[in-house]
Amino acid sequence: MTALSVSHSGASILSRRNGFAGALSDSFWRHPKLLLLLMLTPPLLWLGIIYVGSLIALLMQSFFAIDDFSGVISYEPTLATYAQLLNGTNLDIILRTVLMAALVTIASALLAFPIAYYAARYAKGRWKAFFYLGVMLPLWSSYLVKVYAWKLILAKEGIVTWLFAKLNLTFVLDAVLSLPVIGGNSLSVSYLGTFLVFVYIWLPYMILPTQAALERVPGNLIEASADLGATPAQTFRTVLLPLALPGIVAGSIFTFSLTLGDYIIPQIIGSSRLFIGQAVYAQQGMAGNVPLAAAFSVVPIVIMGLYLTAAKRLGAFDAL
Amino acid sequence: MTSAVRFQKVSRHFGSVRAVDGVDLDVASGEFFAMLGPSGSGKTTCLRLIAGFEQPTAGAIEIFGERADGVPPYRRNVNTVFQDYALFPHLNILDNVAYGLMVKGVGTAERHREADRALELVKLPGYGTRKPAQLSGGQRQRVALARALVNKPKVLLLDEPLGALDLKLREQMQEELKSLQRALGITFVFVTHDQGEALSMADRVAVFNNGGIVQQGTPQDIYRRPKTAFVADFVGSSNLLSPDLMALLGGDRRWASLRPEAVRLAGDGTEATVENVSFLGAATRLAVEMHGTKLHVMLPAGADVPGVGTRVRLAWNRQDIHYMDDAA
Repeated sequence: MTALSVSHSGASILSRRNGFAGALSDSFWRHPKLLLLLMLTPPLLWLGIIYVGSLIALLMQSFFAIDDFSGVISYEPTLATYAQLLNGTNLDIILRTVLMAALVTIASALLAFPIAYYAARYAKGRWKAFFYLGVMLPLWSSYLVKVYAWKLILAKEGIVTWLFAKLNLTFVLDAVLSLPVIGGNSLSVSYLGTFLVFVYIWLPYMILPTQAALERVPGNLIEASADLGATPAQTFRTVLLPLALPGIVAGSIFTFSLTLGDYIIPQIIGSSRLFIGQAVYAQQGMAGNVPLAAAFSVVPIVIMGLYLTAAKRLGAFDAL
Repeated sequence: MTSAVRFQKVSRHFGSVRAVDGVDLDVASGEFFAMLGPSGSGKTTCLRLIAGFEQPTAGAIEIFGERADGVPPYRRNVNTVFQDYALFPHLNILDNVAYGLMVKGVGTAERHREADRALELVKLPGYGTRKPAQLSGGQRQRVALARALVNKPKVLLLDEPLGALDLKLREQMQEELKSLQRALGITFVFVTHDQGEALSMADRVAVFNNGGIVQQGTPQDIYRRPKTAFVADFVGSSNLLSPDLMALLGGDRRWASLRPEAVRLAGDGTEATVENVSFLGAATRLAVEMHGTKLHVMLPAGADVPGVGTRVRLAWNRQDIHYMDDAA
């Protein structure tokens, strides 16, 4: 009894922290909403005014039109720019870009899944570190350097041509390049080349979310599925894929929207036909047609909106 | 009697770890068989060997007379109730239960009818449209059971299925599982580390330790006549009596066990000191010290309970002393 009471002598039971910092942290503890408000205000200001605000300003531009004679923007609300957007050449640019983005996304998903599956299920310790390094390392070097490196790799005098020649497979390369539409004089000036570089550049953005989703699928669900008589293919289709789908969709948002908006890769590698990003660049720069450039930049936003709505309808986010 | 599951010198080694080592096992058809042991004793690995998630390093496994090694889990007519239920989070309860039928190609209407029936069997009718996350632990446990039973397995494997439930629910599920097994006539292989669960439910029990089976037999057999000190200690919280103490008491100089409820307070027994008294409801347990050995004595309800520190005299019947093979 006496031994226990010793510790109480001197100090009061409810000790108070003195000073301004102590009073501040005490009052934050009593009013948690105040702290939340204080923490959220700067990012909300940034996101709300600088980010969303400038986006809205840009989109408003698309409802103005340029005067054909003077080249001056007339600030009267009109849909003339959108009519211009949907005519022949401009519509071709949109379709070309969307098709490329879709193909790049599908190819990335197919390439990413086995890598992500291995990393989530089998890689441990050092191999896991190696996986992260391998996926992230390409992101650390400059995007421009990588794209120019690919230009050299795919060029007519480049290493790919040399390799095919060494293997006596030049006829395969020639056959691929002679394919209509996707072929060309060399890989570096063909749609095929553009596609390869797009997939290379955006692949990490597909692997990482897919791996994160697969990591969250408990191993015993796979066992339970097999236990109930599902073959590995059935388990993949009915358990693994539905549970990994939110991750794949997250990855596809990256690969799809990044391809939709990119203007450097198709300019350096590919045929000279334009993609949306290049059209935006040309219209707001040399052509000085900011309304059309703004209308072009609405396209990816609308497409992503439609894409996400469709994904939600198909139940891609049910497992979230 | 055909045997449902037979192990012949089955081993499963993981590198230098002998998870299962030379196990012989024979589970009769229609039997409720419990595999009891502490964690890491090899019982769960044995279950996974039957399910097909593990392949034996050595030895042969037969399921209803057919060699099972090399047969993948999805080709075995054996189903498992997993420890943490492993319900598919993206499917509703009905589709979870119907999953096994779905992958076998049974039509939607029929498999949903079967799943409804299975849900009724486990007393969860009308829960089909909910998602697993909306159910309590006990309800999820029943869904896992229904999901396995809907496939009409030859052998049902249960991996500590009641471990996550609270005491009251666990006791209720024990009775329900037992009567379900009797009604369906399916062979149950039940893994648990809870000796009370194993003894109360099983027709036969195999006690595991260090990757091997120490003793197999009926619950009564294992409780009354433990083969080794490990079994005596793990199964019955029996009193272990050393050879020296046995010699002192006038018995053989061998290790022996004595169940706490076989000991009584008497006027002319061996002297002991009461060190602790625990009231357990239906009985009172005394911890006593006798010739330097600590013993437990179980007094029935209503008996006079001596206070801590009092000297008492203990007596027991000679036939309640059970000599064992070893004291390992």
